[in-house]
Amino acid sequence: MTAQAPGADRPRVVLVDDHAMFRAGVRSEIGAAVDIVAEASGTAEAVALIVATQPDVVLLDVHLPDGGGPAVLRGAQAGAPDVRYLALSVSDAAEDVIAVIRAGAQGYVTKSISGPDLIDAVRRVADGDVVFSPRLAGFVLDAFRESGIPGQPAAAAARGGSDAVPETDLDRLTPREQEVMRLLARGYSYREIAGQLFISIKTVETHASNVLRKLQLSSRHQLTRWASDRRIV
Amino acid sequence: MFMVQACGAGSGNGIGEHPDSSRVRAPRGPGFFLMPPELHPRDDDAIMTAPTAASTLTEATTPRLYRSVSGRRIGGVAAGLADHLGLPPRRVRLAFVVLALASGLGILLYAAFWIVLTPSPLGPKESQRRTMGGNVVALAALAVALFADAVTHPVGWWFTPSALAFFGGALIWRQASETDRDRWRRLSKSSIGAGLTDSTGWLRLLAGVVLVVTGAVLVLAKAGLSQAGVGLSVVLVTSIGLALITGPWWVRLVAELSQERRERIRSEERAELAARLHDSVLQTLALIQRNSGSPREVTRLARSQERQLRALLYDDGPASGQFAEALRSAAGEVEDSYAVSIDVVIVGDHEMQPRLETVVAAARESMINAAKHSQSATASLYAEVDAASVAVFVRDRGVGFEPEAVGEDRHGVRGSIIGRMQRQRGTAIVRSSPGHGTEIELRMELP
Repeated sequence: MTAQAPGADRPRVVLVDDHAMFRAGVRSEIGAAVDIVAEASGTAEAVALIVATQPDVVLLDVHLPDGGGPAVLRGAQAGAPDVRYLALSVSDAAEDVIAVIRAGAQGYVTKSISGPDLIDAVRRVADGDVVFSPRLAGFVLDAFRESGIPGQPAAAAARGGSDAVPETDLDRLTPREQEVMRLLARGYSYREIAGQLFISIKTVETHASNVLRKLQLSSRHQLTRWASDRRIV
Repeated sequence: MFMVQACGAGSGNGIGEHPDSSRVRAPRGPGFFLMPPELHPRDDDAIMTAPTAASTLTEATTPRLYRSVSGRRIGGVAAGLADHLGLPPRRVRLAFVVLALASGLGILLYAAFWIVLTPSPLGPKESQRRTMGGNVVALAALAVALFADAVTHPVGWWFTPSALAFFGGALIWRQASETDRDRWRRLSKSSIGAGLTDSTGWLRLLAGVVLVVTGAVLVLAKAGLSQAGVGLSVVLVTSIGLALITGPWWVRLVAELSQERRERIRSEERAELAARLHDSVLQTLALIQRNSGSPREVTRLARSQERQLRALLYDDGPASGQFAEALRSAAGEVEDSYAVSIDVVIVGDHEMQPRLETVVAAARESMINAAKHSQSATASLYAEVDAASVAVFVRDRGVGFEPEAVGEDRHGVRGSIIGRMQRQRGTAIVRSSPGHGTEIELRMELP
């Protein structure tokens, strides 16, 4: 546990993973650019540390003993509501990814991500943006594929809160969002997407945030079933 | 790159447990091999340790209802009940005897308990010899009581022979040694179970049925219709007697067989898994140690092994003949041959057909092109498939090139990718500029 003076662009990070070897690898790759304030290997330990340290970003392994990533998200919700989460996964199983995103993670990347890319992703999550890996973008496109089928309106609107968009909009992607997701799936960065679509990076980020929100809030009953039916790797 | 994650795959997720399905999903098992068990104490571990944990747990409070092996006089039912209820065994036995005098109710109850309850796992065979004599005495006493009962309170002339047949059968079964029972089980398997699979078994079964029917016809013909009623009831009583004798035996037989089968399947799967892990993982690890000086080779080995493990752990069998599968295996081959890693994302799927073969071949060439010329260690492949069309994008972030400046000698891009797609009325677009990597876009309409 290092406790350096937090700089303006040095996000404070809690690292949650049950493999000590993996934590060591992450620390050596990104430790120079971020402050890793705590490490946890289990669900209960992670919740306690997150509440105690109130980090900017939690790097969260999807697979943990006793409950996994979603359990950490739910457990720390009350004690640390402002903390943001970036999910790291190795399995890429759709049901895990969808579960952790729907539990509130701001992004998802695979563990094979390079060090600089991971630092970039952590910074982006710390700034309030969302992070899509190509794979997650592919999941989204797949899950929202037969768009136009309306979901169950009531539940989605209720959970959408005060700024709820009309319920059917939660269940389908706009053409622009589809374009953004396609380019993300093709491996384009936000900057490259902005150039390709002649829009600002900020607009790309907004589209991505909206898609993530749809993924979290959509009541499409197919979404969960779709995820559990699929075991892509 | 963090290359330590391959073992993390074993952690699986506890969703969808199918212990009974003949093809138990492989990911549940390998926790044993890939992970220290204390980190992932779930799934199969839990299933296998649960019974013992439960029995030691309940023992502390109320003993579970078992047939008591150690304290038994006949079948251990009374002793087991006494244990469970906390009564003296003698009183329970007395209750059974009294109930037995009430038209044999106690005997039926006893038999039912004997069938249903499993022998207690504790105190195995310590006192078998001691109770052997006791068994016979107790049975004889019961038989006498039964006779007396039948004589004084006639329930029906059929009762005594049935009861006797039942106890005879029970006695034979109870007194048989474990090896005898095993032999009987095997015999019954080869006569009845095998009867449905091999031809001699069928013949035997057929002969038996013919004999029984002939016998019945002969009896009816000889005795005449007036006597048929008596004949039929004799047959009926005998059949009931047989059913009574063999009933419990069959119930147990079926239960034990299915238990045995489950365990065999499980151990076979584990053996197969161990074999496959040995063939692939251990060999790869050995190779990695030998090649530790060459990062490229290590990456290639690790990547290839990762792909194999994922296929083993997560795939429910290869979806052969599907476009996505063909594309993935093409990417895998390129990874293996050129020591690059290719991220594959595929949305949708379609059955394989000749025009899709073309797309796969062109995609493979595109990936090879990226691997050979981009000077980047990674590339990505994205494919989107729907019923009417397919689009594939192969992208790298390597050095890139000037598409116009490519000479006629570069057959890779011009012939194997663009020409190939155009011949099948598809399109291939190459976007590249020096320093910004390359993207090849393949599109094909489907008939």
